[in-house]
Amino acid sequence: MATSTAAVPRPASIQKRRFGADEVAYGFTLLFALAILVVTILLVYQLWVHSAASRQKFGFSFITSTSWDPVAEKYGALPFIYGTVITSFLALLISVPLGIGAAVYLAELAPPKVSNSLTFLVELLAAVPSVIYGLIAIFTLVPLMRNYLDPALQAVGGSLTLFKGRIFGYGYLTAGVILSIMTFPFIISVSREALMAVPREQREAALALGATKWESTFNAVLPFARLGILGSIFLALARALGETMAVTMVIGNSNAIQASLFAPGQTIAAVIANEFSEATGNTYLAALVELGLVLFVLTMVINGLAQLMIMVTTKKGSAKA
Amino acid sequence: MTSRNARRNMVNKVMLTLCGVCAFLTVSTLFLILGYLIYHGAQSLNPGFFTHLPVGEGEAGGGIANSILGTAEIVVMATLIGLPVGFFAGVYLAEFGGKTFPFIVRYTADLLNGIPSIVIGIFAWTVVVVPMHHFSALAGGLALSIMLIPITARSTEQFLLEVPRSLREGALALGANKWRTIASVIVPAARKGIMTGMILGVARISGETAPLLFTSLSNQYWSGFSEPTASLPVTIYNYATSAYEDWHQLAWAAGLVLLALVLLANIAARMVISRGTSLPR
Repeated sequence: MATSTAAVPRPASIQKRRFGADEVAYGFTLLFALAILVVTILLVYQLWVHSAASRQKFGFSFITSTSWDPVAEKYGALPFIYGTVITSFLALLISVPLGIGAAVYLAELAPPKVSNSLTFLVELLAAVPSVIYGLIAIFTLVPLMRNYLDPALQAVGGSLTLFKGRIFGYGYLTAGVILSIMTFPFIISVSREALMAVPREQREAALALGATKWESTFNAVLPFARLGILGSIFLALARALGETMAVTMVIGNSNAIQASLFAPGQTIAAVIANEFSEATGNTYLAALVELGLVLFVLTMVINGLAQLMIMVTTKKGSAKA
Repeated sequence: MTSRNARRNMVNKVMLTLCGVCAFLTVSTLFLILGYLIYHGAQSLNPGFFTHLPVGEGEAGGGIANSILGTAEIVVMATLIGLPVGFFAGVYLAEFGGKTFPFIVRYTADLLNGIPSIVIGIFAWTVVVVPMHHFSALAGGLALSIMLIPITARSTEQFLLEVPRSLREGALALGANKWRTIASVIVPAARKGIMTGMILGVARISGETAPLLFTSLSNQYWSGFSEPTASLPVTIYNYATSAYEDWHQLAWAAGLVLLALVLLANIAARMVISRGTSLPR
């Protein structure tokens, strides 16, 4: 009798304790997962609240007005939105063909060993801090643009408004070039994965029909991976839109919209970086926070689209990797 | 017909060569960057550079000792907050996931990861600088920790999911409960990958400048946690955009130090700890 009562409760208590430990571990990790949600919601809330003064005063005209004048307390973000869009567009104009070309080489042509080491180097490029790109751009890219590239473009296409005007070296085009260098690692890395996920049969079928290597790549492989490649471009676009330091250092900081690509301008991120720590007065600060809100919405939409496309093609996007 | 085939072969050769040229151009950028930094930066590297405080505008000499210490301060703070939170959130996502809620968390983490760093800086400013009424290393550390959380969470999740099913089943078959399986079998099995992700994450936030501009600001002197604090990236920015040749030299040298740290961390993480891991997104 005594032995049986002593023997029965033991396994039961162990069972109970083990059940408890699982619950505790679940609750504990759940807390940290919730923290991610809380931080993100709080971030949006803070941006919303701290931009209230500006939102109420200017309303929708904030993003359509072109005057940014802290002295007169008038704030319009259009020149910065224009600068952000035009520099990102220029960046993609250069980095998309370059990036896809390199991705095709890495995925289709290079031997696996060469491809892996080159991809490793490209990914190191993605790890270089943006302030380093800015540093190098100020002292090498800016003189290069001022003395050689901009004059050459002006000589060729000087009749177009885009290539008219004084050349400073600092400006939209220079910012676009440095952004293109900063974005192509993303295009290469993601596009290469999308290309490598294309089934072998796709290539073999094209080659068996007598296509050359290029024809097989262009007609059979690239279309198959198009969503993943498009996703990589959107990812790069989101990076370019939000990129701050390198752009701030070479864009030239002028608050006007100018048609010439050689003209100095300003992007949303650059104006925040330049003016935030010295801004005084509620409206001024609120206007800068509202710029942050605009940038947040812009990148959120682009990133969402990118994630969706990469998820569909590589079939592991949000679900696994 | 033959002329058509000749043209097709021409196109083939030209396009494939162009692809090779693209790859060459993109990869050579890395070496150009390294070359320029070493060429300009190495001249100013001397013991004083690492141990002295900055000197006044236009004066020769001086160092960036306070920026190095400041960066260490801020990054350690960010790491202490960001790594545990990210790690446990990652464990949740990989191991305790149901369907809807983990999907929301995962999507939010990706969203947070994609937010421009300068916007994160504004957020840290609103929650730390505004209530405290002054810039501080604390605010900078918080900003960087917010960037580190989603990176760590997603990479931890990814490497936990790569642990073979058989290991999990083996532990469960031996009678271990779920959390014991996770703590003594799954996490140790994914140890190397998780470490890689963490090192890459810390390396990435170490070079961030934008979130520090108006959170930790900068400082000419040594500083405590609740004071404005100099950091390597912000110092590079300030010196590079200044008008003084001596400061430009210091910026190059500081840039070389920062890039060396970041690249070494990356190379160590990818080559020594786990081979062939791809870029975390």
